[in-house]
Amino acid sequence: MACQGLQGGETVASLKRESESLRKKLEEERKKLSDIELNQVAEKIEVLGPLSIKTRRVLKGHGNKVLCMDWCKDKRRLVSSSQDGKVIVWDAFTLNKEHGVALPCTWVMACAYAPSGCAVACGGLDNKCSVFPLSLDKNENLSAKKKSVAMHTNYVSGCTFTSSDMQILTSSGDGTCALWDVESGQLLQSFHGHTADVLSLDLAPSETGNTFVSGGCDKKANIWDMRSGQNIQSFESHESDINCVKYYPSGDAFASASDDATCRFYDLRADREVAVYQKDSVIFGASTVDFSLSGRLLFAGYNDYTINVWDVLKGTRASILFGHENRVSRVRVSPDGTALCSASWDNTLRVSWAAYL
Amino acid sequence: MTINTMAKGGWHREQMSCFRKMEKVIVAMQDPDMGMKMRNQRLLITVIPHAMTGRDIIAWLIHTYSICEEEALHLSGLLVRYGYIYPLKEPRSLVLRPDESPYRFQTPYFWTSTRWPASELDYAIYLAKKNIRKQGELMEYEKTRYSLLHKRINHTWDFVVMQAREQLRASKQRRKADRIVFECQEQAYWLINRPPVCLLLLYSLLHFCTILFYIILYCTLLYYTILCNALPYYTTIETCFTVFKQALGRNRVKSSICLESFVKYSEQYQNHDPIMQGSLPSNPWISDDTAYWTMNSETVPIPTRLRVERWSFSFMELLNDDMGRREFMTYLEKEFSAENLCFWQACEDIKHGESSRIIEKVEMIYKNFLAPGAARWVNIDSKTMDKTLEGIRNPHRFIMDDAQMHIYFLMKKDSYPRYLKSDLYKNMLAKAIVPQETKKSVFPFVRRQRHANPSPAQAVAQATEEDGHAKGAGQAGTKSAAGSHV
Repeated sequence: MACQGLQGGETVASLKRESESLRKKLEEERKKLSDIELNQVAEKIEVLGPLSIKTRRVLKGHGNKVLCMDWCKDKRRLVSSSQDGKVIVWDAFTLNKEHGVALPCTWVMACAYAPSGCAVACGGLDNKCSVFPLSLDKNENLSAKKKSVAMHTNYVSGCTFTSSDMQILTSSGDGTCALWDVESGQLLQSFHGHTADVLSLDLAPSETGNTFVSGGCDKKANIWDMRSGQNIQSFESHESDINCVKYYPSGDAFASASDDATCRFYDLRADREVAVYQKDSVIFGASTVDFSLSGRLLFAGYNDYTINVWDVLKGTRASILFGHENRVSRVRVSPDGTALCSASWDNTLRVSWAAYL
Repeated sequence: MTINTMAKGGWHREQMSCFRKMEKVIVAMQDPDMGMKMRNQRLLITVIPHAMTGRDIIAWLIHTYSICEEEALHLSGLLVRYGYIYPLKEPRSLVLRPDESPYRFQTPYFWTSTRWPASELDYAIYLAKKNIRKQGELMEYEKTRYSLLHKRINHTWDFVVMQAREQLRASKQRRKADRIVFECQEQAYWLINRPPVCLLLLYSLLHFCTILFYIILYCTLLYYTILCNALPYYTTIETCFTVFKQALGRNRVKSSICLESFVKYSEQYQNHDPIMQGSLPSNPWISDDTAYWTMNSETVPIPTRLRVERWSFSFMELLNDDMGRREFMTYLEKEFSAENLCFWQACEDIKHGESSRIIEKVEMIYKNFLAPGAARWVNIDSKTMDKTLEGIRNPHRFIMDDAQMHIYFLMKKDSYPRYLKSDLYKNMLAKAIVPQETKKSVFPFVRRQRHANPSPAQAVAQATEEDGHAKGAGQAGTKSAAGSHV
């Protein structure tokens, strides 16, 4: 088999060497402007006192591991999906189950609530992402109205609506992300660049609203331009798969959670990693992260069943939350910041309240 | 970690890094200077050296890693569960008791990571040894497994029995204390790697995955040796080159400026973060009272002070809040520049709306905002205007981007700062309410009834009925909770 594209004299090895030297050069360039570290800047801020966290709701109803959840914009409803193929829409405040759909596939790894609150999207091992309009008729079978939107060649690991119900963005185990039009099911843009499964994505809360970040098993976190499909920035400092990525509320930075038991904070304007959240006693990988409303706290769910709360600016751990009996698969702060929901492989979701008293 | 990597042995890789970290902790615990105090433990007649109590383990972890007791219990529980420390008194109970119960470090020879995967042959030899040593000492589950193994690896059974006998003979020549220690260690190893009933699904899954791992490893190696294609490498490197070159040419901002902005942002939003500062009148999840949500809802007549303050943080905050947007529109109407906001909203609608209606919407925008003599003509610079008009001939989703951006920044730099200084805004701020904090109920045990509210889908459907035409992607609003409750 001919190795097409190689010029005379080049070998894979020499290309690799050149790539390594470019990488080193990039590291040097990044270091030139890093005149201060985050925890130094944060020295003047007060240290946070002890954080109180209480679990206020336990949502029981899934028959198997809960893999994903998403809040509705009304701050009290949420959708969750699990390994047994069920997707449930809850009013977490009253513990009512409002809608339930049984998908034909197992391992529904991604679910998202539409911004209008009128639909949910979910996908997983069926390689598709489907949108279900939420019907008000309790007797109506939601599966009948299902609309298959995304089609990948491998499992769908993450999905999210953009600013409206009309478009969804998906990430997949086939190494790509894609933007789809819900109405027609058409592929609007695809994003290639990851060299392994893409596990997570998040939309930027920026004014121009045109970028998103994705993280994958190739240990890279990439920033993409939604319009052109280009990879505009890339960060590679994790030592293992990146399980989850989430933007800082201002849109100038993002955090990532990885199997190497660390969470890292990357600044987009400085183009580098600015903080690593790790502790010797934290041994198992982190699978999910989310910021509090002001961005001061970072909630991270781990595979050793705990949730660690990190002080984003000082780099220290503010608190640790126990309670789940299996690994925490997803942690999300509610849209107004009043509560924290954690989904776990122990078949439950917990809504917790946290405050500095 | 993903489903695919679980099949391809990636789980092995993930577990390995966790094992390495746990081993680091264990090695630190055994450090002669900073490590744990060991004592001799008496077990019936024999004295076991180098043992420690559960209480000491907890104390050492708390001291070394500056963690609380609950976390130390959790961490030590992990160390026991993964076989790095084993209990001497009740070997089958793999929990760490924070009292005087004795524990010992597992020898590295028997670490899960060293002898991965635990082989069937070794297990068979172990069970055979137990069987020979004392007939009937095998537990029920061990007996079933023993007979299963006997069937499965019958062809090597002679070897198994011979090895078992040899090992027993060799052990008889050791000192009694050493022999007991070794037996304890071996027993602990097998309790971890072949747990009684699949309490730890982890390990049965482990077993399954290792088989799958080998099958798939074999297949992948076969695949690659047959194809022997270096092309995948090349395309990966090529993409790396483009990304690196692009990154090298990027404009970066000094860290001091970037990081300072995070501090400022967190400070600015601190009062608005319910976790940092609490929420007035009360957090609904604690008090079961939805007043906080109803006060901040879409259609409330007078907004809260925090909400109005937030409009002054950035232009995006103002536009993201529907009420803020309406107020801004009122202000612009007074200034006779409302067409800017209308134009911007129409462009957003194209960007995020249905694909099928793009052409129709672009035409409408042209007619209303861009055509010469249009009713609500927007003032865009000539270069952008030309480009946009040119592009309208082949309309697509992003055709209005440049014009929209121009108008957005115009509003942001000009109208928005003036709005913040205007009487309209100042009056709104003055009459905005600051809710009173709800006094904690006299009887904290009495749980208030949690009211349901119509779901956003219901709200949209109702609006559709009322108005008689489709609303599309409306905002999610919560109607007053007084209406319905479950």
